[in-house]
Amino acid sequence: MPDRILVESKLDPARAAFREVVPAGDPWIHLVKKGEVFRIVDLCGNQAADTLFYSADDPAERYSAQDTIREQGNIYLTTGTKLMSTRGNVMLTIVADTCGRHDTLGGACATESNMVRYAIEKRYMHACRNSFMKAVRSWRAPGGEAMSKRDITANINFFMNVPVTPAGGLKFDDGVSDAGKYVEMRAEMDVIAVISNCPQLNNPCNAYNPTPVEAIIWSAV
Amino acid sequence: MTLFEELLPPGAMWSHVLKRGTALRLTALEAGANVGAIFYNYENLVERYNMPDTLKAQHIARLTAGSVLYSDMGRILCSITEDSVGWHDPVGGCSNAAMLFRKYGASSYQESRNEWHQNGRDSFLTEIGKYGMGERDLMANVNFFSKVVVEDDGSMHFVPGHAPKESLVELRAEMNTLVVLNSCPHPMDPSPRYSPKPVLLTVKRVPPPARHDLCRTSRPENERGFILTERYFQ
Repeated sequence: MPDRILVESKLDPARAAFREVVPAGDPWIHLVKKGEVFRIVDLCGNQAADTLFYSADDPAERYSAQDTIREQGNIYLTTGTKLMSTRGNVMLTIVADTCGRHDTLGGACATESNMVRYAIEKRYMHACRNSFMKAVRSWRAPGGEAMSKRDITANINFFMNVPVTPAGGLKFDDGVSDAGKYVEMRAEMDVIAVISNCPQLNNPCNAYNPTPVEAIIWSAV
Repeated sequence: MTLFEELLPPGAMWSHVLKRGTALRLTALEAGANVGAIFYNYENLVERYNMPDTLKAQHIARLTAGSVLYSDMGRILCSITEDSVGWHDPVGGCSNAAMLFRKYGASSYQESRNEWHQNGRDSFLTEIGKYGMGERDLMANVNFFSKVVVEDDGSMHFVPGHAPKESLVELRAEMNTLVVLNSCPHPMDPSPRYSPKPVLLTVKRVPPPARHDLCRTSRPENERGFILTERYFQ
């Protein structure tokens, strides 16, 4: 794998406006206002933080995996990446990253895709999409309408390693993250951030051991 | 047995409920064609084509004969039963109005009539609007006849002129699948001119997938995908 460029942040978690640990398998949803800095910390290492973003003003505008990777000409996210919306606007910019590579193509696990990928009997194992559905239905957009399954789109997997080969193959490899690694981004508009802290037990995306992550938000300077 | 044929002109949009037991063949009538495509379960439109599930279930970042298109419910919307090209792009996405303006300048219906510049995103939104869907329902799309290679460092490279004239790809519906297409150029197409290409659409009746069907046997995951799809109709 080519060298990853790691960029540390100067921000001090002790001075953050908000801190919350998200246990493995839990959903999390929170407003991040324009100018605020949002960090996700992989507390124990090799955890996948499945993440979606929506415009707080109009959640019909949301993070777009295809627009993000095409506009930067690269499928991996790291420092400097602009997370693009479906309407072609920059939602957040990654400003620090001590992991160096994050996945855009693997998506979230779901009880149904687990049946396809592993065994039909896996249907009853907890999965990210159920967490996403719980998170988004709890949020009221400005118009008052709740979000639902139709709003759950192709997500980011922070800290997850999904290499694509020049021959068109795709692999799930052991993580490149480690305990204490983090990714940090500045909101360029008011966004709703949604995390499903992945409960997957069937592949190495969590090193077969889902662990907590921490969400930290600093006020705009 | 062919049921009907239709010419999809350059830069045009189309939709059709492709019934289980029928197939859609796309034939590129000129070199360098692109067909943007999205798929929904017509009986339950919140079940739709899912790019990540399609890629990770089959461990692929390209589509070809033997690949299937998964919905977000673990079922197969369409199988790719024939392909003369070997690579169709599932990652590049679609063009939008601002991109076309940047690349090709202004274009209006008043000035150009039906030669005006149509973009992928607005075409998809217009066509799915006819089924009561909108922006929240537009997910990642496929680009038939186009190739985007990803190098080891993650960089993405569009391969110009990938599909020659007469290239074809055939999609067999495994469900009653709303297929939404447009023939707008690929968003990474470096051509300095807006130059979409025409595509022939052929809808035909086909036999159900046999026990040793290539799409069923290409991966153990697909074997289960077919079982789950069959259960939906039982």
